[in-house]
Amino acid sequence: MQRRIFLKQGAFALVTMGLSPSFLRRTVLGNELPNVAKGKVLVCLFQRGAADALNVVVPHGEQEYYKIRPRIAIPRPTSGGAQAAIDLDGFFGLHPALAPLAPLYKSGILAPIHAVGSPSSTRSHFDAQDYMESGTPDNKGTPDGWVNRYLATCGTCEAHAKTPFRGVSLSQQTPRIMQGPAETVAMNSIDEFTVRATGTHVQRLEALYRTGTADLVHGAGQEMFDAVKMLKAANPQQYVPQNGAFYPNTQFGQRLKQIAQLIRADVGLEIAFADIGGWDTHANQGAAQGQLAQRLNEYAPAIAAFVADLGDKMSDVVVLTMTEFGRTARENGNAGTDHGHAGAMFVIGGSVKGGKVYGKWPGLAREQLYEGRDLALTTDFRTVFSEVVNKHLGAAEMSRLFPGFAPGAALGLL
Amino acid sequence: MHVRALRFLTVVAAAVALAPQVRAQVREQTADQQVRHVLNRLAFGPRPGDYERVRAMGVDAWIEQQLHPERIADPAVTQLLSQLPMYTTSVAKLRAEYGGPAPQAQLARARTRADTMEIRQDNREATRARSETEAARVGRAVISERQLEEVLVDFWLNHFNVFVGKNQQEMRFFLASYEREVIRPRVFGKFRDLLGAVAHSPAMLLYLDNRISGADSNRITLATYGAQQPVRGRAGLPVGRGSGNLLPTRAAQALQQRGARGLNENYARELLELHTLGVDGGYTQKDVIEVARAFTGWSIVPPNADGPGGRGAARQAAMASGSIVEGDFMFRPQVHDAEEKIVLGTKIKAGRGVEDGELVLDIVAKHPSTARYIATKLARRLVSDSPSFALVERAADKFTKTKGDLREVVRVIVTSPEFFAASAYRAKVKSPFEVVVSALRAVGAPADVTPRTHQVLTLLGQPVFGHQTPDGWPETGDEWINTGSILNRINFGIFLAAGRMPGTSEGTWPLPVGIRRESREAQVDAVIAAFLGGEASVETRQILISGTNPMLATAAPDSATNQMATRASNDADVTGMDPVQFRRAQAGRAFQNLPPLEGVAQIVGLALGSPEFQRR
Repeated sequence: MQRRIFLKQGAFALVTMGLSPSFLRRTVLGNELPNVAKGKVLVCLFQRGAADALNVVVPHGEQEYYKIRPRIAIPRPTSGGAQAAIDLDGFFGLHPALAPLAPLYKSGILAPIHAVGSPSSTRSHFDAQDYMESGTPDNKGTPDGWVNRYLATCGTCEAHAKTPFRGVSLSQQTPRIMQGPAETVAMNSIDEFTVRATGTHVQRLEALYRTGTADLVHGAGQEMFDAVKMLKAANPQQYVPQNGAFYPNTQFGQRLKQIAQLIRADVGLEIAFADIGGWDTHANQGAAQGQLAQRLNEYAPAIAAFVADLGDKMSDVVVLTMTEFGRTARENGNAGTDHGHAGAMFVIGGSVKGGKVYGKWPGLAREQLYEGRDLALTTDFRTVFSEVVNKHLGAAEMSRLFPGFAPGAALGLL
Repeated sequence: MHVRALRFLTVVAAAVALAPQVRAQVREQTADQQVRHVLNRLAFGPRPGDYERVRAMGVDAWIEQQLHPERIADPAVTQLLSQLPMYTTSVAKLRAEYGGPAPQAQLARARTRADTMEIRQDNREATRARSETEAARVGRAVISERQLEEVLVDFWLNHFNVFVGKNQQEMRFFLASYEREVIRPRVFGKFRDLLGAVAHSPAMLLYLDNRISGADSNRITLATYGAQQPVRGRAGLPVGRGSGNLLPTRAAQALQQRGARGLNENYARELLELHTLGVDGGYTQKDVIEVARAFTGWSIVPPNADGPGGRGAARQAAMASGSIVEGDFMFRPQVHDAEEKIVLGTKIKAGRGVEDGELVLDIVAKHPSTARYIATKLARRLVSDSPSFALVERAADKFTKTKGDLREVVRVIVTSPEFFAASAYRAKVKSPFEVVVSALRAVGAPADVTPRTHQVLTLLGQPVFGHQTPDGWPETGDEWINTGSILNRINFGIFLAAGRMPGTSEGTWPLPVGIRRESREAQVDAVIAAFLGGEASVETRQILISGTNPMLATAAPDSATNQMATRASNDADVTGMDPVQFRRAQAGRAFQNLPPLEGVAQIVGLALGSPEFQRR
């Protein structure tokens, strides 16, 4: 917070001298300047509630899977029909509700990563989400989110340097991942992002928030008026989805549509964020149908629509999905699963070397499980995040984004 | 630990010794500020006349009165409740009259047109149970004289968060009772009682899945344990009543088979992490499992599935099967894990029943981590986003010494020097609920029995019982404030000033008679006095008067951008809304097509949307 106030004040002074705030931001933080980031966009999607990796990317080649999940296992692809897993590589398959994503895998732009997540042993949703968003497992003291640290410390092309839209969260609240010194925009939807008042009234309100007081409320208000003006000028809603893309009429679907609109409107977006809740399937999780399937039915078509809509533009876009942890390997007493350990992620984009499941598979035998109950971790989430931010956005110094973490060998996702 | 305890005792001793003499001096806030402070923190902001009333009564006397809500007459609330019949109806009656299969399933079985109409009508009324609960929650906060009780109901409902969207068909019948009967009567009581009431409540049993948690199949249940050896419980406690030799009736068998058997950790984990010890409070995954085992069988009486009289039948069947039924709570010995457990180092003997869970609640309620966790959360709510260690320790100590007497813990906090410190004054950012309620109170609004106010609250991001996850709504300003939320708050101010909230026309505003004929300066001063507690910066006053900001002289808004902005705004107004977000959309439309504001209304709209009004 302190840094943010300082920056706002300092930036304000420089604006009056004709210098851009982002110039100041870079000078102050002494960060690296751009290389390949021009026009590149990263879209982070958080599945809050801990999605069940074993039923999302199904290890149908693993005998044990069917033993420990008698009621909720997804049938083998060989069993055929709409209930069966969609085979990926003879060992893994996708949940049938992920059918809209299967073509992306086949065309080589979608890469699932298995047994990935946080090394922290916490099974608290809130701590685990906090760690994944701050980028610092087991350290709650980190004041900012890793996306914000990227925005604050990594340069981008000058054309976009003045935009308040480098980091945008389609959400009611600013997610932890975006909190920090760099300006970001949080909005529920594009069409709500406007002041419902007439001319002089707007100017007075704006003036109220520009009185120079260095606090939370004023700071957010100042950013907001800049952002509202720019968004209205760009008018992203004039863009209609292309290539026959159909976004589901769900909150998540509509948010992905709006991210696509922001990308097309060229407002300088670099990292977008959206989340989707409801993955905490303690009871009646179901197999091919049921609670998890319902979530996936909302999730997959929205992502597929986003990819279809952006078309060739996907060569500049990477979608990165994440969830705070996986769930118990065994089903529980209510045909559900409790809080577990390692999970699964998807990386999707034109530059992604997809069509292959990444990550070392740890196995599901009792002695192979983490603490005898959960899928063990073989890939730290920071390895994936680092690789995506480095290869896609061009950031070099990962120690700023993920302090204290020395990434292992890159998976070769990009 | 030893050193820490010593230091802690020293601090407490010093505070106790010094408190009486230094209390008057250590209040850094002026007398005026103290009055406004208590109205902003221990109430949802002042209504017209409140400032004068508290000032005349004295801040300390007012606090003492608020700590005893039972001594405060509240006829306006009585009147409000008479307009909300579904809100005051018991869970049992709601479930008996409206419970049962989902409307779609009922409609599929409807034989005649009359059947169909009746099912539809029932469903409409059942939906009203939810909207009345929402209206009551906001309305009581707006008009109740027992403001501290309202503030604490808000706090504890958030601490023990439940979500309307979890099994909505059933949950909607539990929520009014959860607020009215489970939380509200206990906010000045003992923490253990509150915790116990929540643990027994159908709302929490449903929300965190404990109703379906049972012994893992490799465990001996109370039913089989009872068959092997006699049940020995503590005297007076109905341990697994009749569980050993019950006659298996068909209904009882059906009940036993309802849902699959096995452990569910959901409630156990959140009980430890969010309700009591806190995430770093010193428990392990093993403790989570042991706690979950102790609570196996804590469940809800099944809903009426058989039409009129069916609920009675469900109760009969439950009792016949050996279950203990109290209200809508039911303990099912058939699925209770009867083996030994060890919870946080305490051994729980094998062969016991419902009292396993009670013992766990005893253990966690008196755990030192719980005292500190609850003290921290209360201080954060009432004093500042980062309360001092010393204050938290004093409040935690009071919690421990009084065995969790919440009235005394709150008293320690709200009479502390930290509470009346200059740094605490207007230091909290209002939540959306606080913005809406305080604005309605500021204009002297009546309670709104229509869904409108709740729609607005939804648009601002804090629908009643609308937080999906058990951690509740954010408690600190940095989580509530962002570009989007500021925008919503500004639009809300304009909306209210345009007379779009029920019962809030300009005529009811607490402004002097004849204000319209006064000068702009006089109007601005009156609005600042009435809505911002007389406290606005020189710049704010200047802006409200003239619309110009001396600091912005060199950065005039670009008129071309503004014109574009207006066009874009008009386009946005006619854009189709997402039908899935119907409730949001209703509220969203409410903020649109507002008339241009003039004169006093304009000043009020600006004031309610100002940064000053976002603080308390």
